[in-house]
Amino acid sequence: MARLNLWRWGVLGLAGLYFLVPLAASVVFTVDVPGQGLTFDAYTQIFATDGFVSSLLLSLELALATIAVVLLLMVPAMVALRLGAPRLRPVVEVVCSLPLVVPPIAFVAGIGTVLKWGPDHLSRTPLFETFVAIQNPDFPFVLALAYVVMALPFVHRALDAGLRAVDVRTLVEAARSCGAGWPQALVQAVLSNLRGALLNASFLTLALVLGEFTVAQLLGFRPFAVWIVNVSGSQAQLSVAVSVLSLLVTWVLLLVLAGFGGRTRPTSRG
Amino acid sequence: MTATAVRVDTAPAARTKRRRRSLGWVAVLPLLAFVAVAFGLPAIAMLDGAFTAKDPATGATSYTLDNLTTSLKGAYLTALLGSVKLSAVSAALGTLVGLPLAQAVVSSRFRALREAVLTASGVLANFGGVPLAFAFVATLGNAGVLTRHFGLTDKGWDLYSFWGLVIVYLYFLIPLMVLTITPALDGLRVQWREAAQNNGATALQYWRFVALPVLLPTLLGGFVLLFGSAFAAYATAAAMVGSSIPLVTLQIADAISGNVLVGQENVALALSLDMVLVAGLVMAVYLPLQRRSARWLA
Repeated sequence: MARLNLWRWGVLGLAGLYFLVPLAASVVFTVDVPGQGLTFDAYTQIFATDGFVSSLLLSLELALATIAVVLLLMVPAMVALRLGAPRLRPVVEVVCSLPLVVPPIAFVAGIGTVLKWGPDHLSRTPLFETFVAIQNPDFPFVLALAYVVMALPFVHRALDAGLRAVDVRTLVEAARSCGAGWPQALVQAVLSNLRGALLNASFLTLALVLGEFTVAQLLGFRPFAVWIVNVSGSQAQLSVAVSVLSLLVTWVLLLVLAGFGGRTRPTSRG
Repeated sequence: MTATAVRVDTAPAARTKRRRRSLGWVAVLPLLAFVAVAFGLPAIAMLDGAFTAKDPATGATSYTLDNLTTSLKGAYLTALLGSVKLSAVSAALGTLVGLPLAQAVVSSRFRALREAVLTASGVLANFGGVPLAFAFVATLGNAGVLTRHFGLTDKGWDLYSFWGLVIVYLYFLIPLMVLTITPALDGLRVQWREAAQNNGATALQYWRFVALPVLLPTLLGGFVLLFGSAFAAYATAAAMVGSSIPLVTLQIADAISGNVLVGQENVALALSLDMVLVAGLVMAVYLPLQRRSARWLA
């Protein structure tokens, strides 16, 4: 038994080393600048650096839009699948897994081609206005649309795990026989029981959007992750500092969520 | 079905049921419509573009296989093979390292450790990308902390190489393996181990003849999943190495943005189609394996 314990701690120790050293070294890298000694400039400069606030705000706005759209689409569909229409369940499952087969880079290649149809073929139709509007650099809604698609597998998994834990049909019937109307039964009985799953789905989507680089960069927009890469050329320390912070913030958020929502059983497998 | 059978008045029940079914359609339809537009249109555009050639002189378009054959020749083929090699090597290493790590976590008595590792794995497996690349640049890059401290450059270390990328990729592949294999390890019954011990089996024999055969579908499925994940990764490589290493994702990005040659957009779409085919193959192998492992471990 003692040998087993030794083996286990050895494995855990090595893994801890591999996973923690880059984080620790990054912190050292940002505060111990060659030729300057110990300095916290990289962290104090963050807010003053051109583009930080605007790109972070853009990413947060995109995340909010993505979460709103993906939940509005997925929650009614998933609840309805439990209530009736079970035959549609495999359809929805396949549809939500499709984005896994198309890597982001291939997806963005397709999006870019579609967006080029705008000026090429549609310039005389009202659709052209839509194409221009969704590519507005202040708020590129096309990114939110792409992120909704990319978030579908995560959100499906999170909601499915949440719904598996509650008996939707019984809940609705109980609420109905207590005199609740359909909307009340759905909102107060079902949604309040899904709070954990909804939070889980939202946080996973938030993390996805905040870190997303591929689609945004190749479509020429500049949210947070793209800004980090752009700024890294001139300010290496700063880009590493922001990277470490963003990694830690996401990590803490999801840890908090796991402690909050997964007390009964681990739901954060995603 | 049984619920309606025991009811006395079937007519209202049937009506409720019908209403529920139509409600189901009404609620699912927006989702399907959205996916058809936001996912279907780009997918069709990619498929169409991969088989289309535009004559630069006349501007006329015609269907052709040229893009696909170009995407499987020369530098593009090198990139495709480079991606396959990188993904295979890092997926194999990720599987080999992930299994003992997951076993160590599963067999631990500390519930908090288990929760922390699984949550951290969830974060690291999916949300590495750019921050991950910079963390490694700061650690093992040319001016990185460990590189300077130990003088690794003189010893031939280079982060911006094949093995450098493997080390970085493992940072999100190992957690992915831990996530995939943990439910399967949880499903290994204590009774199986006890039965093996009662029959005089050593720990090694238990693993060789009982645990590993049960875990094999999950392990293979995990390997395939890791392969797919490494194959599709772009942000980490782009932020780290630019395009100094031939990878198919970097080639697509270059071709889309016209970095190397102008007018390669359709080859980029053909390369994307190649990637989708590989990813589809990955899923086609993964899903049956997952179903098989679920049968044992239910």
